[in-house]
Amino acid sequence: MDPIRESLLKKSKASKLEMRGKIITYFCIGLIVAIVLAIFYFVASKGLATFFTDKVSIKDFLLGKSWNPGTLDKSGKPEVGALPMISGSFFVTFLSALIATPFAIGTAIFMVEISPNKGSRILQPVTELLVGIPSVVYGFIGLSVVVPFVRSIFGGTGFGILSGTFVLFVMILPTVTSMTVDTLKSVPRYYREASLALGATRWQTIYKVILRAATPGIMTAVVFGMARAFGEALAVQMVIGNASLMPSSLITPSSTLTSILTMGIGNTVMGSLENNALWSLALILLLMSLFFNMVVRVIGKRGALK
Amino acid sequence: MNPKKADKIATSILYGIAGFVVLVLAALLGYILVRGLPHVSWQFLTTPAKSFSSGGGVGIQLFNSFYLLLLTLLISFPISLGAGIWLSEYAKNNWVTTVIRTSVEILSSLPSVVVGLFGFLIFVVQFNFGFSILSGALALTFFNLPLLTRSIEESLRAIPYSQREAGFSLGLSRWETVTRVVVPDAVPGILTGVILSAGRIFGEAAALIYTAGQSAPALDFTNWNPANIASPLNPMRPAETLAVHIWKINSEGIMPDASAVSAGASAVLIIAVLLFNFLARFGGKALYRKITSSK
Repeated sequence: MDPIRESLLKKSKASKLEMRGKIITYFCIGLIVAIVLAIFYFVASKGLATFFTDKVSIKDFLLGKSWNPGTLDKSGKPEVGALPMISGSFFVTFLSALIATPFAIGTAIFMVEISPNKGSRILQPVTELLVGIPSVVYGFIGLSVVVPFVRSIFGGTGFGILSGTFVLFVMILPTVTSMTVDTLKSVPRYYREASLALGATRWQTIYKVILRAATPGIMTAVVFGMARAFGEALAVQMVIGNASLMPSSLITPSSTLTSILTMGIGNTVMGSLENNALWSLALILLLMSLFFNMVVRVIGKRGALK
Repeated sequence: MNPKKADKIATSILYGIAGFVVLVLAALLGYILVRGLPHVSWQFLTTPAKSFSSGGGVGIQLFNSFYLLLLTLLISFPISLGAGIWLSEYAKNNWVTTVIRTSVEILSSLPSVVVGLFGFLIFVVQFNFGFSILSGALALTFFNLPLLTRSIEESLRAIPYSQREAGFSLGLSRWETVTRVVVPDAVPGILTGVILSAGRIFGEAAALIYTAGQSAPALDFTNWNPANIASPLNPMRPAETLAVHIWKINSEGIMPDASAVSAGASAVLIIAVLLFNFLARFGGKALYRKITSSK
């Protein structure tokens, strides 16, 4: 063939290189999507086996109050009521979010509105450091400080929802704070100027203008914190006592989904009912993290700052 | 109450809250360092752990943590770089990109214990890798991928578009522009992201309990043949890391000096994380100054 014609019709070296590069990046991003799909497929297939293979009814599983997968109850059904763990998880999540939110918002306001100088010099690195502390270290501090403290004040063993709440409070505080700071910073400057020009004090401006404008962002931050608290495993497992009983008070040993999972999965045989029931707990965790994700999305869509 | 008084009260309350948060961190760090540092010695950092008697160290666990960190970064960095390049350079504004972005977000919000269990199911059970460093590194890769991808994407996006236009106008293809112009310019940001993710990997335990295992067999540090079972480099041996070690001795409670060992190990862990943070803060800036000769 004519060499000029050939060079016009064939792909150039540069466009081949471009193709190759494109394929590499497509492969990488495809891999991440494939991992997500695989996680959902495998955890769902294992978790649903409790209901389809072992014929446990979903209602018994979600609302049953006794967790003892190895044994059968009076009517011959396995005792796999996950309500103690589910309620334990929700209790620690909501309580820690409830305590952490005012502190997080207060710190964020301080960093953005009251003293931006000290905020960026002291509090910014402090929150970054708190995020970086590994969860087992939080668990260890919980075990050696919080548990004895709760024991000496409230009696009992010290293990329980209250200790878990304290540990989670410190863990989610920096997450919620730094996200709230970002939202407060994104409130336009002229909002503040308009309010101050009307003669409002700084606190009136913060309370009546800035916090109102930042509400969707703050809610997102709190939901993120709750998602982190819900999925946290080891720090909670170390201080909550791990008794799979319905939580009767804040200071009696109880359990969360994650704590029973970490304790149990190594002691059960793959494919048995005990094991499948644990995978069902993992499935609940997965669905809850999906749910938190959706909530964040809905808040973001409806509350976008106009 | 008049507005001025309310303003004063609110301001002092906010000062109080901010002070409290600083106090909490100071107390946490102080507690760990004061309790832990007296136990940290060269001997503590280099001798193997003892299960039933006191006086054990964390030598093997420390080595395992670093080795696992290295392997995880080796696996996850290239993938994150590719994915980050796709997201910032090739992604079109359509539903496919939305789906992909959503799945990256979901992966980053999954509880690490679920990721660990998935790694257990796939690598330990299905692929029969057993409790091994390889299984642990792959599970940590899943955990690390979305976070690292996002931070790489952000640092690539921070490069002005004019840099890309300059590349295109020289006749470079998009891929060449990215690899020769954009990525080198973004190196400091990427480095910061990698170091911060290293801190997270170093402290992670929940994803490792059922993948890298909870035992640390004795290692022969004179044997560097990766195929030998006693070699520190063998990726198929079970490897308890420092973070897992803290969790394990506290929840099993048969080691007589468990609380002293975990205080020491926590101090080592915290110092490592502080170092990573410090490096991320100043390393990126220093590198940027060095390679761009700017101030």
